[in-house]
Amino acid sequence: MHELSIAAAVVESATGVAREQGAEAVAGVTVRIGELSGVVPDALRFSFSLVAEGTALDGAELVIEEVPAHARCGGCDTRFAVGSPPDLWCPHCDIAAAELLTGRELELAEVRMAGSP
Amino acid sequence: MCRSVDVRRAVLAKNDGLAADLRAELAERRVTAVNLLSSPGSGKTALLELVLRRARERGLSVAALTADLATENDARRLARSGAPVKQVLTGGLCHLESAQVRALIDGWLPDGTRLLFVENVGNLVCPASYDLGETLRVALMSVTEGEDKPLKYPTAFGAAHLVVLTKTDLADAVGFDAAAFTTAVERVNPGVEILHTSARTGQGVDTLLDRVLTVADGAVPHVPLLAAKHLREHGHDHGPDSADPDHGPAHSHDPDHGPAHSHDPDHGPAHSHDHDHGPGHDHGHERAPEPSTA
Repeated sequence: MHELSIAAAVVESATGVAREQGAEAVAGVTVRIGELSGVVPDALRFSFSLVAEGTALDGAELVIEEVPAHARCGGCDTRFAVGSPPDLWCPHCDIAAAELLTGRELELAEVRMAGSP
Repeated sequence: MCRSVDVRRAVLAKNDGLAADLRAELAERRVTAVNLLSSPGSGKTALLELVLRRARERGLSVAALTADLATENDARRLARSGAPVKQVLTGGLCHLESAQVRALIDGWLPDGTRLLFVENVGNLVCPASYDLGETLRVALMSVTEGEDKPLKYPTAFGAAHLVVLTKTDLADAVGFDAAAFTTAVERVNPGVEILHTSARTGQGVDTLLDRVLTVADGAVPHVPLLAAKHLREHGHDHGPDSADPDHGPAHSHDPDHGPAHSHDPDHGPAHSHDHDHGPGHDHGHERAPEPSTA
């Protein structure tokens, strides 16, 4: 259940952004979570509401964008969904993928400031 | 109307930054850190005790950090090897973070230490997200845990530089299907080497130590497809070589360096390294048969 630590990192990071922007409160944040990031969106939602309490993010909306995992085959250059559990082999060529394009994201994508009073 | 700011910042950027600094500092001290990830009960403490013992027999300076939610039992066991050992009590936290490792080694890690083993909290989920400044990440699993475990915990096994199977002396008794396990590992981490070990018979212990030493000597570890970007891009230039004045400073991030994997001119392009992946694991990527458990 490291989502609590992840939520704390989101709150800390978003608080920093709000401060840089001269905003006192954050209305919402968008977090992108890759399919292979090892983070469970529901657990993060639950943790976020707890961690945000009493901070600049108290009551802030958490939008989670789930990013499917895609890999690229070096043989046929096809981009394919690796699925769950992941299979990092090209379904056409049956060779290992050359690279994982998406799916490991764990990023704070956007911070929405609360309107000035 | 509310203002929005696009930040696109890694949520764990703070941990990643601290880990990168720690890796650079360890490289300067010529220490190679090894992060050991597994479920509770996989036998990592027993195996590590043996590895530490062998390392000391070979005259190597080794040290270990061992993390648990509670008790100092593991540290007592590991200390029997004679190596400096420190117990980390996480007080309930399910993983280690780089700041903890940093705080623990300050003033403790003896000068001249060559290898620092970090036995993470027994857990295949949470520790997988945290870079600890290691050069080598090892995922371990025992033969009693089920051949499809790498598929159930793809992040832990998929991002490992090396996979270690433990308790192989029990393989026959539990009907362990080694081929199915290999297939499962290959599916999430093509090309990674799998070492078979037994703390009871000593199988694979020297090989494991050899692999760690090869990396400590500057060999580029296997590059897992699932490795987090920061590990893929910066994990190559932290060996002792990077502390060599001839090689220029670690982390130079000079734009002239071009793409990741070419940071160290001596290392050449990715995948040209010649470490032995063992049968079935060469970079030709011949796929093992489908696991019977799939």
